[in-house]
Amino acid sequence: MDRAFFEQLAMPLFDQLYNHACWLTGDRADAKDLVQEAYAKALKGFGGFKEGTNMRAWMFRILRNTFLTSRSGLAAKNTDFLEDEDARPGELISHDATPEQILLRTESEQAVFAALESLPVAYREIILLCEAEEMSYREIAEVLDVPIGTVMSRLSRARAGLRAALGADLKQEVR
Amino acid sequence: MMSCDFDRAALAAYLDGESSPEQSAAAQQHLRTCTECAAEIAAMVRLRRQTRAAGSRFKPTADFRRKVQAQVVSRRPGFPAMRFATAAALSLAALILVIVWARQDATQADTFREVADLHVSDLASANPYDVVSSDRHTVKPWFQGRIPFAFNLPEFAGTEFVLLGGRIVSLHQQPAAQVIVGVGQHKISVLVAQESVLRTVFPLSHGVVVRDSFNVETWANHGLRFFVIGDADKAEVQKLALALSNANQ
Repeated sequence: MDRAFFEQLAMPLFDQLYNHACWLTGDRADAKDLVQEAYAKALKGFGGFKEGTNMRAWMFRILRNTFLTSRSGLAAKNTDFLEDEDARPGELISHDATPEQILLRTESEQAVFAALESLPVAYREIILLCEAEEMSYREIAEVLDVPIGTVMSRLSRARAGLRAALGADLKQEVR
Repeated sequence: MMSCDFDRAALAAYLDGESSPEQSAAAQQHLRTCTECAAEIAAMVRLRRQTRAAGSRFKPTADFRRKVQAQVVSRRPGFPAMRFATAAALSLAALILVIVWARQDATQADTFREVADLHVSDLASANPYDVVSSDRHTVKPWFQGRIPFAFNLPEFAGTEFVLLGGRIVSLHQQPAAQVIVGVGQHKISVLVAQESVLRTVFPLSHGVVVRDSFNVETWANHGLRFFVIGDADKAEVQKLALALSNANQ
């Protein structure tokens, strides 16, 4: 196994992975543990990494799997990841924000961040992979280890959830 | 609340650059006529722009980076010191190259999305133009005093291109002129901004390239940076780019 080669491929992803870990765990100390463990696991499993395949998706996948087996991840898994494909989108859209309200709310970065934080981890992570990491649906499918169809349906539910969160926030303010 | 039954997921896929050419065409066609979906996609663009900021919200400390890096780098006992130092120096140099390259690549992709978003949000807007005119002698003076530079528009009369209007937009926090040109059923955006600001973030294209299902050409001339972007044929984008380039020689 070539450590220098691993370092060349994996270290440029450090900032992104750390940021993603913070969003997943919601805690900087947990995020540090997570990143450190993910790098250790990736280094150990680097022999199984095929050159020419997507290093970024591979690293994000390891980070995610490490998170899911961690304490905070297990807690999230039991609630957030449960039967997520069965949730009916109608339930989320029922108090959706209108485009005008979205325009108003997105003036504030903090409001968007707060709405993201309020989402279940499964929704938060897919939105971040798509919007912040700018991954393609195919890459996201690799990270989450699900078919592309699931990526599309989960992403649209996640976005509806984000807008619902922004909308709910707005209604509270109006009151 | 929603009265239009056009598939929202299809709009999202279009915005994500994940729809097939047929699906993109259907979405564009629909956006031209449906103000509800146009408002919807404008909100999506806006929300996406803010969400993107979440990608750099948390930054690791230099200490923590060093710690993980040390964990990763090989320190086998008995390894000849000189060779180790050389190898470390080489891999550090390579690492720096990769980081610099990755950073640049990320910024470039980001800027391009900014350009594509401007184009899409314009297509989607109900009132896309601040100045509505098909006469370049009206559009050009309108920009004067509103942007800190001047540029020329070619004569469109007698060509397949129709000047639709223009507006001021912000590209990479800099004022930029956006001119919208129609060709057949398609719209093409022309964006002009000062090169000094954009040189480091956006590479020249050397011809028309395809990015996120759009044809785009970008070049610099006399301190100005031009972008021509649209879903029209490659040949049409190229032709408009050439006409603009000639008008600004």
